[in-house]
Amino acid sequence: MVGVYGNDFTAPDETAPRPATGDEPETFRALLEGEGRVEPRDDLPDAYRRTLVRQIAQHAHSEIIGMQPEGNWISRAPSLRRKAILMAKVQDEAGHGLYLYAAAETLGVDRADLLDQLHSGRQKYSSIFNYPTLTWADVGAIGWLVDGAAIVNQVPLCRCSYGPYARAMIRVCKEESFHQRQGFEILHTLSHGTPAQKAMAQDAVDRYWWPSLMMFGPPDDDSPNSAQSMAWGIKRFSNDDLRQRFVDMTVPQAEALGLTLPDPEIRWNDERGHYDFGEVDFTELFEVIKGNGPCNAERMAHRVRAHEDGAWVREAANAYADKQAARAGADVA
Amino acid sequence: MTDSHAGYVLGLADDALISAQRMGWWISRAPQLEEDVALANIGLDQLGQARTLLAHAGALEGDGRSEDDLAYLRDERDFRNVKLVERPQTDFAVTMARLLVFATWQAELYAALAGSTDATLAGVAGKAVKEVAYHVDHARQWVLRLGDGTDESHRRMQAAVDAEWPFVEELFRPVDPALVAAGVAADPTVLRAAVLRRVGQVLDEATLSVPDVAPAVAGGRDGLHTEHLGFLLAEMQHLTRSHPEASW
Repeated sequence: MVGVYGNDFTAPDETAPRPATGDEPETFRALLEGEGRVEPRDDLPDAYRRTLVRQIAQHAHSEIIGMQPEGNWISRAPSLRRKAILMAKVQDEAGHGLYLYAAAETLGVDRADLLDQLHSGRQKYSSIFNYPTLTWADVGAIGWLVDGAAIVNQVPLCRCSYGPYARAMIRVCKEESFHQRQGFEILHTLSHGTPAQKAMAQDAVDRYWWPSLMMFGPPDDDSPNSAQSMAWGIKRFSNDDLRQRFVDMTVPQAEALGLTLPDPEIRWNDERGHYDFGEVDFTELFEVIKGNGPCNAERMAHRVRAHEDGAWVREAANAYADKQAARAGADVA
Repeated sequence: MTDSHAGYVLGLADDALISAQRMGWWISRAPQLEEDVALANIGLDQLGQARTLLAHAGALEGDGRSEDDLAYLRDERDFRNVKLVERPQTDFAVTMARLLVFATWQAELYAALAGSTDATLAGVAGKAVKEVAYHVDHARQWVLRLGDGTDESHRRMQAAVDAEWPFVEELFRPVDPALVAAGVAADPTVLRAAVLRRVGQVLDEATLSVPDVAPAVAGGRDGLHTEHLGFLLAEMQHLTRSHPEASW
């Protein structure tokens, strides 16, 4: 299957949803055929439910892990305006995590369990967030390229067959589109600034270009679960189609920025009506997925630490709520 | 407009800026996702206040310094914030104890300044007073939960209040009497009673006690800070200072 930030097909593992068995409820099949929306109370095939839980959870995890690489620059943003925009952006990502966990909960799972699965490594997040933000320009590159790729992946999800997910995605996409413009604007300012700023921008684009293309997942020939997700109306376009769409959208934007993309094979193909581009080397992506990326260990450690450090706070909130309920009960009695 | 007028506004601006900088640390580190959102929101409000106040201080000063010049190009000794806001706050109880005190103080301050004869200050205060009402409420809710939650949370919340308390008194240091007489500034001694009463009520409701400790030696308004501020500024300012010719 394809995750949402695009991306991460995982190595085959025991948590991967099994293929559909074909015994789908008639009402469900009718809904899909009529392009209707499946809602939580409808009779859902178990494999559909498990595929969605996995995908939505992975998307939610990606949002909250994605807070880290950009959060890394909040304290160092080079102007107060940029600091405010960045804080608001990272806050939006937390908000996206909240809507998406809520969408997953409509499928009968709970956020705490999903977080446990993230923390224990049983569920994944998008590998793009295992790359470091080394300079301020990386904040721009993430906005422009990573959020840009996410939008290309996510816009079709606004028409996903599962209603709560589709509705969450409409809101997420509006905000992501704003983020993408902010990223573009950061890079535009840098590339029209001092020589050092322009070099910083080019370096960031050089490092984030190929990982962004990998966000669309493996080539279609090598994406075994995509067909099932397409049949279920979860996925609307193939990985390669979405990757092409992203390249077509991004190449003219790079020209407008005055920056180059690190691929000598990029050129317009009149016959295809698309940009040609070089072959993506997925070896690196597989390494990052396996846990050998530059920041895998740090991202997980940061998340687990925040969760563990906050345990006493959550326990206190529960204890206080119980006391308040007991007091209210005593008052009524 | 006198130097002390600009200095007064700069002190309030620096309080908000340094507090926002500390608050930003929490984003991605909060005990739950809702709190990441809430603390980011509070930090953003404070940063917004800081920006308007810094721009106003720069205008009063009359040397053409922008909000960014004031935030990024001053050294430790030129910052005018109280010490309350500059120390690390990586413990959630400390963050909430500090926010309760700071936001309650800001609430009383901005309510008074909404009637300032300085029209810009009055405008900023009139907007900010609504924001900080939410900050006070948020801090109050957490102080209640932690104070009256588990044994551990009670102990940690009391320890946090004890640690913050010596830095409370600095908020009420006298300001230039001429500014108060001119209706520009709020009289800190008047704010003191209201702030201590409101904070005391929350602590009491949270089953916490008001610490009986001597105030720490003040000095933030004179640029005499803790050792922590230098590190905060080094981190905040380094990129901007590394590219003096750049705009961002």
